[in-house]
Amino acid sequence: MEETYEFTKEDLDEIEAIKAKFPEVMPATLPTLWVAQRRFGHVEPPVQRLVAETLGLPESHVHGVATFYTQYYKERKGKYVLDVCTTTSCQLCGGYKMLHYLEDKLGIKAGETTEDGLFSIQSVECLGACGYAPMMQITNDVYVNNLTEEKLDKVIDSLKDGKMPEFESVGMPLLENINNK
Amino acid sequence: MASDWKSFEPVLIPDIPNLDKIDNYIKNGGYKALEKVVKENGWTPEKVVNEVKEANIRGRGGAGFNAGLKWSFMPKPDGGPRYLACNGDESEPGTFKDRKIFEYNPHLFIEGALIAAYAMQITTIYVYIRGEYYSWIKMMEKALQDARDKGFIGKNLFGTDFSVEFEVTGGAGAYICGEETSMLESLEGKRGYPRVKPPFPAQKGLWGRPTTINNIETLANVPGVINNGANWFKNIGAENHPGPVLYGISGHVNRPGVYELPSGVPVMDLINEVAQGVRGGKKLKALIPGGSSTPVLRADQLDGVSMDADSLREAGSMMGTAGMMVMDEDTDMVDVLWRISHFYHHESCGQCTPCREGTGWLEKILLKIKNGEGEIRDLDLLLDLTTQMEGRTICALADAAAWPVRHTINRFRDEFEARCKKSVHAVA
Repeated sequence: MEETYEFTKEDLDEIEAIKAKFPEVMPATLPTLWVAQRRFGHVEPPVQRLVAETLGLPESHVHGVATFYTQYYKERKGKYVLDVCTTTSCQLCGGYKMLHYLEDKLGIKAGETTEDGLFSIQSVECLGACGYAPMMQITNDVYVNNLTEEKLDKVIDSLKDGKMPEFESVGMPLLENINNK
Repeated sequence: MASDWKSFEPVLIPDIPNLDKIDNYIKNGGYKALEKVVKENGWTPEKVVNEVKEANIRGRGGAGFNAGLKWSFMPKPDGGPRYLACNGDESEPGTFKDRKIFEYNPHLFIEGALIAAYAMQITTIYVYIRGEYYSWIKMMEKALQDARDKGFIGKNLFGTDFSVEFEVTGGAGAYICGEETSMLESLEGKRGYPRVKPPFPAQKGLWGRPTTINNIETLANVPGVINNGANWFKNIGAENHPGPVLYGISGHVNRPGVYELPSGVPVMDLINEVAQGVRGGKKLKALIPGGSSTPVLRADQLDGVSMDADSLREAGSMMGTAGMMVMDEDTDMVDVLWRISHFYHHESCGQCTPCREGTGWLEKILLKIKNGEGEIRDLDLLLDLTTQMEGRTICALADAAAWPVRHTINRFRDEFEARCKKSVHAVA
């Protein structure tokens, strides 16, 4: 039996607001897939069908879009998806070390999900936080910068308690000390 | 010029707290440039285009094209919709600067985009931000709402007949969507396949209508040009590549981060003074100056080189996005190149054969070399592949994948050869 999915009234209002931004309905495809993924945790084919029906677009189109973009989960993932960046700057600063530490700690490999369904790990391409390497993003949401093994331990503990880390603002380093030299 | 940077006062992200709050932005002179061009009779759209062209703001997204000149390619208005698509996809490895504008000075960018809209008589502006920047997308939504509430976006700005809409939309994880026509496809709700040019976006862009695409930092430079004049801008930094630049410095340095300084700062000043030198007192080995597609330079190639298009071209590289990745003496260049090639293989959209297959071959052969299974002739095969990929595809992703391979091998040939098995050919 296939599960059935429905958008809430709130979701449908959000989708209407998205549609109003554009002269056509097709541009609402990506943002509506986002609404769906945030609601259901994934965009497996039945969810893609719901998006297609809601927007009045062909399911093949929605499937094509969902499969082109890496952030859409075409299969179920853990509640917390740990996207560890391993591209150049993170590679240089120990991104793989952080990835392997997480793999050992959680007993899974990149691309896998823990048995309790809490965590997935992915090795991902540059997330645009190169100055704060190594880093990871949690479930397409908050960035965790300047990772160390200790910091990872803390983050995992807090996620186990159901708490997402707060948004960390990384300031612009001041140049005063150079200018006054 | 070279040491002037020490007394430079930042203009894109000045040291003023809470500039992201619209009232504070206005209190500090914000939206004055927009009001001036929209209200004052002397500031016709043509005059704005000419002023920006004269300032020579070279695109900060990587291509370095004169923004005002790009604006002048828009056809005359025909009464139908016209679009400005602001490129906040920021996905080139080593690049993390536009998010600073979203976070610290979003209204400067919004004001710049609105002035651009006035200059090109745009009806709707979209800002496309990479999906991973969820936190920053939310910041931009808030900033746009604040600007709308103050009457800077919408109908009849400042009581004139100029009206413009401004919306934010996000991607969902695809480097290729930073390529301008791919971004248009993605904005239209499709897979991000780059389009064949011509027709160029100015003729046929979003929904077949005239469209201009500009980078976020490029647009954030516009209010300053209007407020202070083209000459003010031209006098900042390097002669042929003027203005402030957000340098993103990462890798093996003591103090990585984004720094706003004039263009043309000596590379070694940026590494040694601004970023406070190589970590752990180690020696500098190499620098990728402007994002991962720009050719790597050895430390011995950096003497007297400054961060501007001319100087970097002479040195054998490019300015790109000014995303500088610094590598110390212990860096394994084979590993670095393999990871870069993995990136481009992962991000190839698959539309063109030379790129889809070529990026895969590059990665596969480099993995073989990295694992000690490569042969000397594989290096020449890699170089041959780069010439077969370059310039043979719809967009520049194949070029971006080919350049690092060609230049890293040529500039660190010994290191690559040392990792290869002695092939029978080499022994003979």
